[in-house]
Amino acid sequence: MDEIPNGLRIGLPGGRLFPRCQLPRYANFYYFGSPWARPFTNYQTSVLVSEQILLFLVFSPLLGGAIIAALNSGNQQWSKRIAFWTSMVPFVLSIVLYVQYLGLANTQGLADNGFVMFFSHNWFDIGGADINMTMALDGISIYLLLLTTLIFPISIYFSWGSVDKHPRAYYALLLLLEVGVLGFFVSLDMLLFYVFFEMVLIPMYFLIGIWGGKDRVYASLKFFLYTLIGSLLMLVGIIYLGAHVNFNHPDLLASRPDLTGAFFTTDYLLLTQYADITTTAEHWLFGAFALAFAVKVPLFPLHTWLPDAHVQAPTAGSVILAGVLLKMGSYGLVRFCLPLFPAASIEFAPYLCVLAVVGIIYGAMAAMVQKDIKKLVAYSSVSHLGFIVLGTFAMTTEALSGAIYQMIGHGLSTGGLFLLVGMIYDRRHTREIKDFQGIATQMPRFALIFMITVMASVGLPGLNGFVGEFLVLVGSFRSEVISGIFPILAATGVVIAAVYLLWMFRRVMFGKLDKDENRQLSDLNLREVGLMIPLIILMFLMGLYAKPFLKQIDLSSEALLHQVMEKGQHAGHTGHGGEVKAPEVTLVPAEAFRPEEAQP
Amino acid sequence: MQALYPLIILLPLFGSALIGLTGFMGPGFRKNERLIGILATSAVAIPFLLLVTAFASFDGTPIRIELFNWMKAGDLEVNFFYQLDQLSLLMGMIVTGVGSLIHAYSIGYMHGDSGYYKFFAYLNLFIFAMNNLILGDNMVVMFLGWEGVGLCSYLLIGFWFQDMAKAKAAQKAFIANRIGDFALIIAMFLIFREIGSLTFSDIVAADFGDNAYWIALLVFIAATGKSAQIPLFVWLPDAMAGPTPVSALIHAATMVTSGIYLISRIHPVFLATPEVMTIVVIVAAATALMAAFIAIAQNDIKGVLAYSTVSQLGFMFMALGAGAFTTAIFHVMTHAFFKACLFLGSGSVIHAMEHMHTVKDPQDIRTMGGLGKYMPSTSRTFWISTLAIAGIPIFSGFFSKDEILSSLFFNGYERPLYFAVWGVAVFTAALTAFYMTRVTFLTFNGQERFPQEKHPHESPSVMTIPLWVLAILATIGGFVGIPALLGHPLHIPHGLNDAWLAAEGGIGSTGLITNRASMVEAMHHHHSMEYFLLPFSALLAIGMVYFAFQFYKKHDLAGDERVQRFFGPLYNAMKGKFYIDEIYNALIIRPFVWAGTNIVLWFDQKVVDGFVNGTAAVVTNVGDVFKRLQSGLLSNYILLVAVGVVLILTYLIFG
Repeated sequence: MDEIPNGLRIGLPGGRLFPRCQLPRYANFYYFGSPWARPFTNYQTSVLVSEQILLFLVFSPLLGGAIIAALNSGNQQWSKRIAFWTSMVPFVLSIVLYVQYLGLANTQGLADNGFVMFFSHNWFDIGGADINMTMALDGISIYLLLLTTLIFPISIYFSWGSVDKHPRAYYALLLLLEVGVLGFFVSLDMLLFYVFFEMVLIPMYFLIGIWGGKDRVYASLKFFLYTLIGSLLMLVGIIYLGAHVNFNHPDLLASRPDLTGAFFTTDYLLLTQYADITTTAEHWLFGAFALAFAVKVPLFPLHTWLPDAHVQAPTAGSVILAGVLLKMGSYGLVRFCLPLFPAASIEFAPYLCVLAVVGIIYGAMAAMVQKDIKKLVAYSSVSHLGFIVLGTFAMTTEALSGAIYQMIGHGLSTGGLFLLVGMIYDRRHTREIKDFQGIATQMPRFALIFMITVMASVGLPGLNGFVGEFLVLVGSFRSEVISGIFPILAATGVVIAAVYLLWMFRRVMFGKLDKDENRQLSDLNLREVGLMIPLIILMFLMGLYAKPFLKQIDLSSEALLHQVMEKGQHAGHTGHGGEVKAPEVTLVPAEAFRPEEAQP
Repeated sequence: MQALYPLIILLPLFGSALIGLTGFMGPGFRKNERLIGILATSAVAIPFLLLVTAFASFDGTPIRIELFNWMKAGDLEVNFFYQLDQLSLLMGMIVTGVGSLIHAYSIGYMHGDSGYYKFFAYLNLFIFAMNNLILGDNMVVMFLGWEGVGLCSYLLIGFWFQDMAKAKAAQKAFIANRIGDFALIIAMFLIFREIGSLTFSDIVAADFGDNAYWIALLVFIAATGKSAQIPLFVWLPDAMAGPTPVSALIHAATMVTSGIYLISRIHPVFLATPEVMTIVVIVAAATALMAAFIAIAQNDIKGVLAYSTVSQLGFMFMALGAGAFTTAIFHVMTHAFFKACLFLGSGSVIHAMEHMHTVKDPQDIRTMGGLGKYMPSTSRTFWISTLAIAGIPIFSGFFSKDEILSSLFFNGYERPLYFAVWGVAVFTAALTAFYMTRVTFLTFNGQERFPQEKHPHESPSVMTIPLWVLAILATIGGFVGIPALLGHPLHIPHGLNDAWLAAEGGIGSTGLITNRASMVEAMHHHHSMEYFLLPFSALLAIGMVYFAFQFYKKHDLAGDERVQRFFGPLYNAMKGKFYIDEIYNALIIRPFVWAGTNIVLWFDQKVVDGFVNGTAAVVTNVGDVFKRLQSGLLSNYILLVAVGVVLILTYLIFG
């Protein structure tokens, strides 16, 4: 590859899908300070294995998708089996990766770029444009990766019993969707990340539009346009940002001689370090990025696509939408908005927090008066996601860790709620609260599981919801960027959550079984219980023993926040809270790993 | 022995999980009532024995039980650590002791119920949560218990969920408690922001300055939720929808006292803010009085007991407001004995009435009367507890109530408001003696008003033995806190207060000192006053019980009409519970739901979606316009190009 002239090098994504032992060209002196060199130098073999695993993990669902697409239409039964087992591949691999991750993080800590696993393949650089296949994992992305690989097999397995229409296309699209989500959570190159971000839209659009309910076309179009308009602005932002990197920075020249004369890059680490933009430009760029992610979160008042999409989407679509797709928005805010535009983030934090808090109360009050259970859960998502945004922009370690914890927690509990709603919908073909009453008598298993999931969503201590919400609120109350009134108002959302969820639960589950249709209801079967069991176990585990999960999250969020605070201060913006303290963080300086490079 | 202490926390949890899961999976196990009952009871009795052992070997140094780290993020570190000190040992023994008795009682009471295993699983879970609440060494673990007992209360009130009214009562309890919890969570925010820790020992030692006011106020609001004070007490009377052992355990003896526990636990914060102490004492007095008034006019045996509980909790809060924290805890203890006994007794009565199958409402005292003849044990224990709650000397309630009254009175020398509160408390005590005698008399004495073709039976001994144990405790339980006035001549140390709870090296090494320094001084100054107060409250109680007994003996049920005439229009308000539920419904709940429908949904559908759909329409229309531009006619294109060139040139020249 080295012989190919610089101007014409075009590699396929993951051109070396199975790299033997050869390291990438500049593996050992890649970046300034060579931050990620440590795993390569010390853990060459294991990292190479991880690298292959990560790359394979992200794209593996495609293989299954291809096989399904190649099946002839007579093989309907096979498509669902293949889909399920294919989606188990990333699940198993992500656990392998997680174990390796823990080993690395516990022995090495974070590298000073904040990541634990990191690798990069040159994707293409035409002329001076430097675009790479960069993927990385830190304490934030690893858990979202795990959440995604768990939610997908569950959704696919759920669909076994409820999707008969065009199963081949359905499962192929689900697998394609998984590739997009997985890729989004691990990619660190802005262009790569954007490709994955958009890649998610198309399968979801079809899933809602074809397998959805009555108003599916309106809902899918609304979903598509909302998200697309937001993300197009972000694309403009990415291009602008990529063109405004100071390539003449002495540090950059020293560490990346190959970039001499380059004019464009979408490399996340370069952008966070060497972007050279004016304050006004930063504001606009922050706006473009925040808008794209806020639509996805969704942040009030950009949320109206969500209830429609949820109600119309097939159950698996809703589960995935609530479980992982919404997290793309909140993850984007954490991963991109904060570090790329630290000063603007601090400055605009109060405004975003206003929207978050309004969303919390607004979503909760809207949920309270819904007549359709699924719509109720959808609005509850608007409310719960508000906590995540609040935690993200409170700029304290507790709140940010809580926000990330809440992303996982919400994925489990709301994903679980949508599954359960889907289960009774499949039996009764209605989701109206008034059509039910006294179901608990008829379906004791369902009642127990539903109760636990509802309580997790209510934020009962001992279940996952509490830890995240509590950390977000406690952390944002001590924030120096936003006022203490935000978390207080946000906490009312916790009260209203109990109101709407318990009202719904009582009306559906309790009372006399008074309708004949409901007397025919069968309790959950083994498959359905089996689907819920992993979620229930995780709800308890994350609620009662948060430490092992939080440890990695906390480490990464502290590092990220440290970086944001330091640069936000440096840029001269102190936000509205006056002096903002950067959290104490100890990262191992890169020189410790490569002393010979530290001296010019 | 130390190594076994974690079982105090864990055993009820294991019991709950074992019974719940096995019962859920195996229908065979579900039918084995004896096994379930024994498992559940021993899961509470063993922790009780362990606590007694700890109590016996306690030397003043708090015993720590350290399980594991729960969460750690930033500066916040929360551990599942527990602490056995004076306060938590006493509370723990009350909870597990009364708890085991009630578990045993339930074996008989719940016999034959289809949800038998579920009942015991919930009950054990409740004890687990309660232990977290009172033994946890930090506020987050306490909060786990605080919300956990709320959940169990919800599950148990709605135990017979096929009845929508019961399910509604359960929901009301949970939501009212959640409002209180909201205040508690904000108190935690404040504490954490100020001192960066949520451990009780740090909180007790910290100086919060001006924030102490807010912290104390918020904690008090939380306590009004859990401990049923104005304005959040409305859930407790409804909570009687649950099975009676639940009312005894959760809604009388243990859970509802957790607000008092919490305030005692962090009492230095309260002592730093006299303003909040004043609020506490006023709210408490108002609650006690109001509930006593309502109790007079109720005919549901459990309803009377429920309002009596609200009223007695008011007494405990009055003690807190007077700074007599140990006295409050003392009353928590005696109240746990006699009120649990009363509720279990009422359960025994309801059980008997139900088994006659001839009475429509087995809880209505108007259909009872003369039951004492058929149910001697129930009747006697009920009368003993009534005398205890009325404050007849020798019985436990006398000592604790007298201590509350005198703590209020002696505070009055410094703050005259407390004289007024004392007056209210004395009046309420008189009302208490009256309505408790009324309900007991109308149930067990006088005419037999139930259909005569069948007559009720005494409950089995598995139910009566716990009644007797509690009755004995209700009798002698007060001697641990015998007043100094009587104790000194008899050489009995002024037990609970000074020797035990308030000892140095207690909670967080500050001990549960009361702010009675000035009060004790006042007592010295006005020593003669105590010679007056003690006989006064004794005579008042005796007189009132005697009067009520004679009154109802003479008139029987018709006595209520005379009471109604006596109170005039007030009586209807009392009977209608002062219409507080209706007021809340009209002022809070309905406007809130209205806002949800008419503001939020309207905004969602008209404004936001209106904007979105409007934009879509505009885009479509604009698209139509541009579509016309693409006419395919070369001349049009040339024209457009020309216009464009002109515009660009204009910009270049003049721009």
